Amino acid sequence: MKKRNIRLALAGAVAALCMGAGTGANAQTLRLITWADYAPKEVIEQFTKETGIAVEVTLSNNEEIISKLRATQGAGFDLAQPSQDRILGPQQDFNIYKPLDMSKIKTEQFIASMLDATQKNTTVAGKVYAVPHIWGTDGLIVNSKLAPNVNDYADLCGPGLENKVSFRVRRPLLIAFAFSMGMDPFASYGDKQAYAAMMDKVGAKLASCKKNVKFFWEGKDPLLAGLRSGELAAAIAWDTSGWKLNAEMPDIKFIAPKSGALGWIDTFAIPARGRADDAAYAWINFNMRREIAAKVAASAGNFTASRGADGLTKGKLKQQFLESFPQKAMDNIKWYPAVPAGIEDIEGKVLDRLKAASS
Amino acid sequence: MAEIADLSLARVTKRFGAHVAVDAVDFSAARGAFFSILGPSGCGKTTLMRMIAGFEMPSEGDIAIRGASMAGVPANRRPVNMVFQNLALFPTMTVGENVAYGLDCRGVARGEREARVRRILGRVGLADFIDRRVTQLSGGQRQRVAIARCLVLEPTILLLDEPLGALDLKLREHMKIELKRLQADFNTTFVYITHDQSEALVMSDQVAVMNRGRFEQVGSPRELYRDPASAFVAGFVGDANRWPAEFEAPNRVRLSGGATVAGRRFGPPSAGPATCFVRPESVALAPSAEALSALENRYSGKVVSVLFDGANSTLLVRADAGGFELRATLPQTGALAGVEKGAAVHFGWSAEAARIFAA
Amino acid sequence: MMRARGLAFWLLLLPPVLWLGLLLIVPHVEIAILSFSERVGPRLYRFGFANYLAFLTEPLYWRTFARTAVMSIAVTAITLVVAFPVAFYIAKAARGVSKAVLFLLCLLPFWASELVRTLGWMILLRETGLVSALLQATGLSAGPVELLYNDGAVIVGLVYGGLLFMVVPLVNALDSLDFSLIEAGFDLGGSRIDVLRRVVIPHAMPGIVAGSIVVFMLTAGNFVTAALLGGKNGLWFTEQIYAQFIVRFNWPQGAAFGLLLLLLSSAIVWIGLKLTGQGFGETMRRS
Repeated sequence: MKKRNIRLALAGAVAALCMGAGTGANAQTLRLITWADYAPKEVIEQFTKETGIAVEVTLSNNEEIISKLRATQGAGFDLAQPSQDRILGPQQDFNIYKPLDMSKIKTEQFIASMLDATQKNTTVAGKVYAVPHIWGTDGLIVNSKLAPNVNDYADLCGPGLENKVSFRVRRPLLIAFAFSMGMDPFASYGDKQAYAAMMDKVGAKLASCKKNVKFFWEGKDPLLAGLRSGELAAAIAWDTSGWKLNAEMPDIKFIAPKSGALGWIDTFAIPARGRADDAAYAWINFNMRREIAAKVAASAGNFTASRGADGLTKGKLKQQFLESFPQKAMDNIKWYPAVPAGIEDIEGKVLDRLKAASS
Repeated sequence: MAEIADLSLARVTKRFGAHVAVDAVDFSAARGAFFSILGPSGCGKTTLMRMIAGFEMPSEGDIAIRGASMAGVPANRRPVNMVFQNLALFPTMTVGENVAYGLDCRGVARGEREARVRRILGRVGLADFIDRRVTQLSGGQRQRVAIARCLVLEPTILLLDEPLGALDLKLREHMKIELKRLQADFNTTFVYITHDQSEALVMSDQVAVMNRGRFEQVGSPRELYRDPASAFVAGFVGDANRWPAEFEAPNRVRLSGGATVAGRRFGPPSAGPATCFVRPESVALAPSAEALSALENRYSGKVVSVLFDGANSTLLVRADAGGFELRATLPQTGALAGVEKGAAVHFGWSAEAARIFAA
Repeated sequence: MMRARGLAFWLLLLPPVLWLGLLLIVPHVEIAILSFSERVGPRLYRFGFANYLAFLTEPLYWRTFARTAVMSIAVTAITLVVAFPVAFYIAKAARGVSKAVLFLLCLLPFWASELVRTLGWMILLRETGLVSALLQATGLSAGPVELLYNDGAVIVGLVYGGLLFMVVPLVNALDSLDFSLIEAGFDLGGSRIDVLRRVVIPHAMPGIVAGSIVVFMLTAGNFVTAALLGGKNGLWFTEQIYAQFIVRFNWPQGAAFGLLLLLLSSAIVWIGLKLTGQGFGETMRRS
């Protein structure tokens, strides 16, 4: 008799816990995994006021978004913001997103060309998985006093910059160096052998460049601190970081490299086991409104795929953009095509070797 | 003296702040002597020993060993070794390693070291225990290891700090004889500290009675027993009945209960309060008064209790007049061997046996 | 009555079984299974040893491990040398309140997270940091000095992080060292070195072994300090595991690395115990 009572109590406790967990994440909460500054507080508050939906934000990056969703097979978040080139491969490998219902998205709010390009790059088995949100570039942040001769990625390996350079040991580094060495990595995406050979060349070049590296940056704060203090003279980084520094110190500029800045587009994609699809669509449509997109753009320091939002962007950013991207540089931006599965394994080995090798 | 003393102390004083632990102590111990320092706990004897060992430095005065001053000589360079109260055997070493430790520190070659360790362990009867851990030994065996560990170094002086304190009575009696034998065997000067007068009396050639940092008397056990130089020594060495009294004449006192006692006065003639000592074994007992007629002090009384302890049996007797009680040794062969509680007895002692000190 | 006792017994057994089962055994079994799968194509895996072969055949991986192991051993040794006098002072010289205060001082850095402690070191050691400025101000150095991003900085950070885990078992072990043993060591003619080597260290051995095992395992498994203070010239093995799991999405490889780290560092501990003639069980019992 006694035993049975205890069992009942235990069962009750377990049930209560499960229910508690269930109600904790009801449909009125949107769990968003995104990049820093993409969901400013002001915008979230306005969204909650209009729709009654609360937003829980988790800050992340491409690799973590994929890893986290993979670990849960697409659960835990209702909306994610991976880059458009990082959707195809992971989707084929891990099935972490669900197709978008385009009828629920106000497509007229998007810049048409960008929407088309993103849809094309993120179509798997005839279904679209993402729409564009924010775009920007990887290029060079250069302190023009300390490194006046840096115009292209490969210039970072030049003389006089020993221990003055930083970059992130991720795939954009390899792509950037390949371009600046006169090769076209995107053209070799389909031919793994050729791509591996190309990456080996890039790896050798980077290894010889290592004497100039002060540290490999991971988070952007150490990078910004290094550039501000003058410990670093040049780095490969995001345009927005460059413009942010430029606003503080005019000597530091974001430069579109001679061989071309690398253009990326961050998207909206819905995780396979998201539980608040309606809230996710509501957030997408809300964010693509001109005035909201302009606010996000100001917070992130980048431009959005919202039609007409750049008309509302504040003058400084626009001016910086024009300075960094004259028409020729603009035309020379290399937009990432979708990464086929298997390519990242080749790159991974090269990056590992680069990090572990001594200069 | 033709021979220089093994150990001589000249006005050795030790102060801890305002407290004087050892107060101007002088003494010398002859070569091969068994010298004991006897005193109650807190009398300064341990401090004195630690100064000889080199763990404390005298505030004043000098300690010399075989004529060489020990001022500024650290403990590990003195020809003195110490058997600690808790023995301080190294628990991480075997018996053999414990004994070899000192030789090893001196850099004695391995072969000779082992030979000497075996020889000394043989002499203390522990040859078969060389590879045992010290934790596996009995109390008496541990004692002998501690002594062997010191004697193997052939010190000029062996210090022993109440080493028998932790042993049970039977073993303690046995070890007293054992220590005396070892000392005779090795002909090393032993300086032995104890609060147990029996240990000091049984083993020593010379005993110093210490009280409040000073030596009250130094002499052979017999001298201390027969001719105590102070009331403290008379009370501390051996057993004694002790009564507060008042001088009536230079060699006679009146006890507080009214009885008068003729005795032997120590120190200059005096008036006023005094203390009178009579040893239980000096008290003669008899069934009738006539048998005691030769004694200067004679009384009658009743047996209050019989304390039977074989050869050490005593009677507790209350005097019929004079209002005092005393303990008297009860010979187990005499006429009173079977005396019972409440029996009337006659008792007395010679004036020689009663010692009087001015209080 | 019997029934009730049986229930109580099982209920008491439940927490340790759950703890071991859910938090230790189940994850490790899953990691082990994962580490034996090879990717054949999208969403297609098969059983194989490729991930372990990769460790053996790719010098990059085993060199990273060897580097991590060698540096962890060095960190453990330096931590021991630094912690020993501190522990000895706390255990044998300090009394009462000062003992508690000293212990607290050792504990204090651990009230901040590892990340904050590491950032503290970065502020001190960077080119425009405090130490560099001090060296320039005192004229010991003509220009700015970069003390960060090298093996020395990693070792300093890791020793700092390991100190407490070495001091605590050492204080425990030395607390039971009777002072008369030290005096006896001197009395029998031992020099300071003799007493340290033959009396104090053997007595502290259980603490030394326990502290060294903990510090070694923590160091070999460290991520934050090694990644932040470390240079461009060397990876810590945990960074390799992180890279496989998070950056390369190669879980099977990461799992194999994780398991290898566990097995190889356990092997190093085992060899260390054998070399110093210590038994693991005895050590754990005495410390």
